[in-house]
Amino acid sequence: MRVGSGMSLASFEDAFAHALFAEPREADPTVADLVAQPAFAVYRNTVTKSCIDALQANFPAVTRLVGEEWFRAAAAAYVARERPNTPSLQAYGATFAAFLAGFAPAAELPYLADVARLDRYWIESHGAVDAPVLDATGLVGTDPGVLAGAVLPPHPAARWAWFAESPVYSIWRDNRARATTGGELPWRSQGALLTRRADVVEWTEIDHAACRFLDACAAGRSLALAIDAALDADADANPARMIATLLHAGAVTRLIVPTDQPA
Amino acid sequence: MISTLTAGLGLKPQHYDEALACPAAGLWFEVHPENYLVEGGPRLRWLDAIRERHPISLHGVALSLAADTTPDREHLRRLRQLADRIEPVLLSEHLAWSTWRGAYHPDLLPFPRTNEALARIVGNVDAAQAALGRRIAIENPSHYLRLQGHEWDEIPFLDELVRRTGCGLLLDVNNVHVSATNLGFDAAAYTDAFPGAAVMEIHLAGHSRDPALGDALLVDSHDAPVSEPVWALYERLVARIGPRPTLIERDDRLPPFEQLLAERERAHHALVPALAEAA
Repeated sequence: MRVGSGMSLASFEDAFAHALFAEPREADPTVADLVAQPAFAVYRNTVTKSCIDALQANFPAVTRLVGEEWFRAAAAAYVARERPNTPSLQAYGATFAAFLAGFAPAAELPYLADVARLDRYWIESHGAVDAPVLDATGLVGTDPGVLAGAVLPPHPAARWAWFAESPVYSIWRDNRARATTGGELPWRSQGALLTRRADVVEWTEIDHAACRFLDACAAGRSLALAIDAALDADADANPARMIATLLHAGAVTRLIVPTDQPA
Repeated sequence: MISTLTAGLGLKPQHYDEALACPAAGLWFEVHPENYLVEGGPRLRWLDAIRERHPISLHGVALSLAADTTPDREHLRRLRQLADRIEPVLLSEHLAWSTWRGAYHPDLLPFPRTNEALARIVGNVDAAQAALGRRIAIENPSHYLRLQGHEWDEIPFLDELVRRTGCGLLLDVNNVHVSATNLGFDAAAYTDAFPGAAVMEIHLAGHSRDPALGDALLVDSHDAPVSEPVWALYERLVARIGPRPTLIERDDRLPPFEQLLAERERAHHALVPALAEAA
């Protein structure tokens, strides 16, 4: 079989790319003689191994939680379904958490998908665009009436999530730090906040009110409305303390004061 | 500027502090730009800090120049942005494809060297050089498969690519050794015939034997020291074409920095007399 002559470059690449992931017998006849060579496995192995290696690098807490062998088997199943769509492999695995949520062998670990989500948030935070951090003094001196209508956009490197079902934040944090969770882990709801104040990704636990507050800020709501959202989530929340905590963590980039105040 | 570069090292995050502090004369570092195409954060500042002390070369693995399509414009735009930030002393890519119909295959895939492929790659190299505003060097691939349907031998193909686009070449001597072993050609004859004037950079790396096929199939794995046959080919090459910036490439089973530096010294010492001669 002649490959190349009389065969377009595009058809060759279609057949070759398909054969990288197909069973040898499923390969297009135009590349059958290449697939039959033992050396074809070099390409097949390199492509698959690089994809799995990238996922393992991108999801360290998941890997530690389930063990490398289990992780690589799950990653192989994901690779078979979804190839990288960008050569920047740190971005590979955007849908891995959703994949794990529906992955039957992971059914015993219902929090695994959310742990993957936090691993993913770490990568997004690490590579997010640089922006100033609004510190706690940033609000000092602003008239309270003006402040109520102001907007506090979250920092581009801030990521947060509320986990109502399980202590995902503690599980993720301990596996991320390669620590052993001391004693019994109290089974409760938790929120997580990742920020990048200086050049380091940091994380902290936040409550439901703070998560809803940040959601409202991200949606462009005014401070007054964001506080309402926080109090809707938890009527006992202390807005002043919550805002101080979020500013201290570096969750907000700046204060936008509307120039046109409604009467 | 290039003539003052001697031997460089692939830069690995594990060796950051040592790389930053290393005072070796003529030292430079090479990175895969794909790892730095982020919007912000510590990764870029880390590269900026190295750049303040040492020249940097950007060695792309993902432009997919041999794919039968135009290079991804967004990828080129981000690459240009990084190049403008880092001002690399060298910018290189591969004679291979990896992105195809929206999927990225993390490898350097082969193709039949036809007239059609040449025309496509000429167009893609032209487009890349225009978008990047720089001359790029194209690297000779490692071969594993006996692929039928070539209308061009590799060296005339590269020669023609240089002639038609004004690009440079990156000669990876380990790739020559690996390919010559796998496909059964003479590595020294290939190296001797390589268009020397176009060579902007040389790569040296280690390889491994295929676990099943052993010596019959060498894999360009970058996980071992440079082998003696590759050093011999390299010295022969430098004697013929003169000194060129030379990279020790190591991507896997990373040894301590000093060990890489020792290999780098060997290349440096091969280049220094040649530099003196050339001066």
